[in-house]
Amino acid sequence: MSFNLAFYSALFGVLGLVGIALIGLGAHLQLVFGVIIPYVAVILFFVGMIRRVVIWGKCPVPFRIPTTSGQQMTSLPWVKRTLADKIESPSNNWWAALRVATEVLFFRSLFRNLKVNLTKDGPKISYFSSKWLWLGAIAFHYSFLVVLLRHLRFFTQPVPGFVHLLDQIDGFLEVGLPQVQISGFLLLIAVTYLLIRRIVVPQVRYISLPADYFPLFLIIGIALSGILMRYWFKVDVVAVKKLTLSLVHLHPKIPQEGIGWIFYVHLFLVCVLFAYFPFSKLVHMAGIFLSPTRNLPNNSRAVRHINPWNPVVKVHTYEEYEEEFREKMVEAGLPVEKPLEEKE
Amino acid sequence: MYDGGKIIAGLLIGLVLLTFPFWYNLGKAAKLPEPKLAPEAQKAKQCVESKEYMAAHHMQILNKWRDDVVRKRYRIYIGLNGKEFNMSLQNECMKCHTSKKEFCDQCHNFVDVKPYCWECHLEPKEAKEGK
Ligand code: HEC
Ligand code: HEC
Ligand code: HEC
Ligand code: HEM
Repeated sequence: MSFNLAFYSALFGVLGLVGIALIGLGAHLQLVFGVIIPYVAVILFFVGMIRRVVIWGKCPVPFRIPTTSGQQMTSLPWVKRTLADKIESPSNNWWAALRVATEVLFFRSLFRNLKVNLTKDGPKISYFSSKWLWLGAIAFHYSFLVVLLRHLRFFTQPVPGFVHLLDQIDGFLEVGLPQVQISGFLLLIAVTYLLIRRIVVPQVRYISLPADYFPLFLIIGIALSGILMRYWFKVDVVAVKKLTLSLVHLHPKIPQEGIGWIFYVHLFLVCVLFAYFPFSKLVHMAGIFLSPTRNLPNNSRAVRHINPWNPVVKVHTYEEYEEEFREKMVEAGLPVEKPLEEKE
Repeated sequence: MYDGGKIIAGLLIGLVLLTFPFWYNLGKAAKLPEPKLAPEAQKAKQCVESKEYMAAHHMQILNKWRDDVVRKRYRIYIGLNGKEFNMSLQNECMKCHTSKKEFCDQCHNFVDVKPYCWECHLEPKEAKEGK
């Protein structure tokens, strides 16, 4: 697919969503955008996630997929095995769980990302480590998480202490009123970096599809509308919380104070994200836990794994063979495991 | 080979975590904020700006007041209907909103913000009666 088609279809897709929200508000559809769509989105999210995981769960995984490094197992105690080896090539489920955890928390595989370089003078290949993608991804995912956790203050009453603590750490600069929260801006910067990388790195640009640009534009739209709402086009946050609490209490009610348009744009984009989540590449949130190369111990040598749909092969074991030909073997002077029984 | 038990356990843990807001609030009736206008404010009838504007923007007004006073030496703010205000947190806002607990904190506890202003600025003495 051409770059232009992929890029602009995603961009105008997200702009179209903003337009839909604005038209809806113009038509006084607050109830639709504030209550019905959020509930539909949440239901789609959970049903979609469960469906996806069940589909994955039904895929048989008969064998282990050992990665190459750190293969030496516990059976050879004299081979040195560092902590990294134990995580890289886990011998049991606990180490495998630790490997998944390092993947989830630190993006360990991405950290080992290499860049290939072909030097001009004489065809020589050199590899060097490339950490920018890792850094961008870490910044993006963690700031997203912090923003999401901080949003819990809209969905809980009383607000749990850790949310307030997070708020304070995030706003420690004590700049401006309302206080600048670093994670929101970091989120916007990181997701913009991920988008720019897609556009300027030729190889990545070549393989990028609308399904790659759309989530990026969507999240940029969410972060931008959130930041604009917090620092510039203020809305009545007490009214927002009345609405969000009524949603989680399952007694939905649009507050009569009225909430500014930008809130509904923000919320609509978030709803689209939630509804889109299970049906797109974003399900890697669940998928990372189900990666067979990561979540299974490398015990191919210690344990025999049998493929259950192997066809039944008719075998003739050595015992049976000897049983059949013992006399002839003895006659020919071949060694046998069980001597011929003496005939009476 | 399918590890169905582990996958279902993981799925359940994920669902419980992600539905946190739905079960955390179960059985807790939300106490909605009721900012009480002090008699001083009632007498004045109007705030610095319209009520709707104040509800959403009052922190921005305070920020502007702070900068105007501390950095630019301005003291007078022309508000709603051309009324003049002395740009001061303690001496203006709190002159009408005489109780921080009954007014500001009502909303702030609801949305979980704790402005740090009161580390330096003095809050008005709360009326003692019956509390
Ligand atoms: C109608 C409810 C309401 C009342 C009354 C109210 N506030 Fe607020 N105030 C809020 C909300 C809501 C926020 C937080 C908005 C947000 O989360 O972005 C806030 C935020 C603030 C902030 C910025 C805090 C920060 O760290 O970002 C300050 C300062 C502030 N209020 C001062 C006051 C003062 C002083 C009073 C009393 C004179 C007062 N407010 C009364 C609702 C109210
Ligand atoms: C002259 C007295 C007066 C002063 C000074 C004043 N207010 Fe008010 N304030 C009022 C009145 C009266 C109302 C109610 C307005 C209405 O109901 O129309 C009000 C309403 C508010 C509200 C909205 C409450 C709600 O229920 O939505 C906030 C927030 C607020 N004031 C904050 C402030 C802050 C912050 C300052 C200082 C920058 C301030 N006020 C200065 C009299 C005052
Ligand atoms: C570190 C202490 C400190 C903190 C915290 C602080 N201020 Fe101040 N503030 C001052 C000082 C000092 C002045 C100067 C007083 C003067 O010159 O009259 C001042 C002046 C002001 C003024 C103008 C003059 C007046 O009398 O009010 C405003 C408005 C103001 N601050 C608002 C705020 C708000 C809103 C917050 C909370 C978000 C805040 N301040 C937090 C120390 C502080
Ligand atoms: C995918 C999930 C979401 C993301 C990534 C997101 C992102 C953001 C960002 C970056 C901000 C800027 C301010 C900040 O850093 O806190 C913000 C503010 C805000 N968001 Fe969201 N948001 C999400 C979901 C929601 C939902 C579900 C709601 C409510 C139904 C919501 C309501 C708000 C409100 C009211 C503000 C303004 C806060 C304030 O003024 O203090 N957001 N959001």
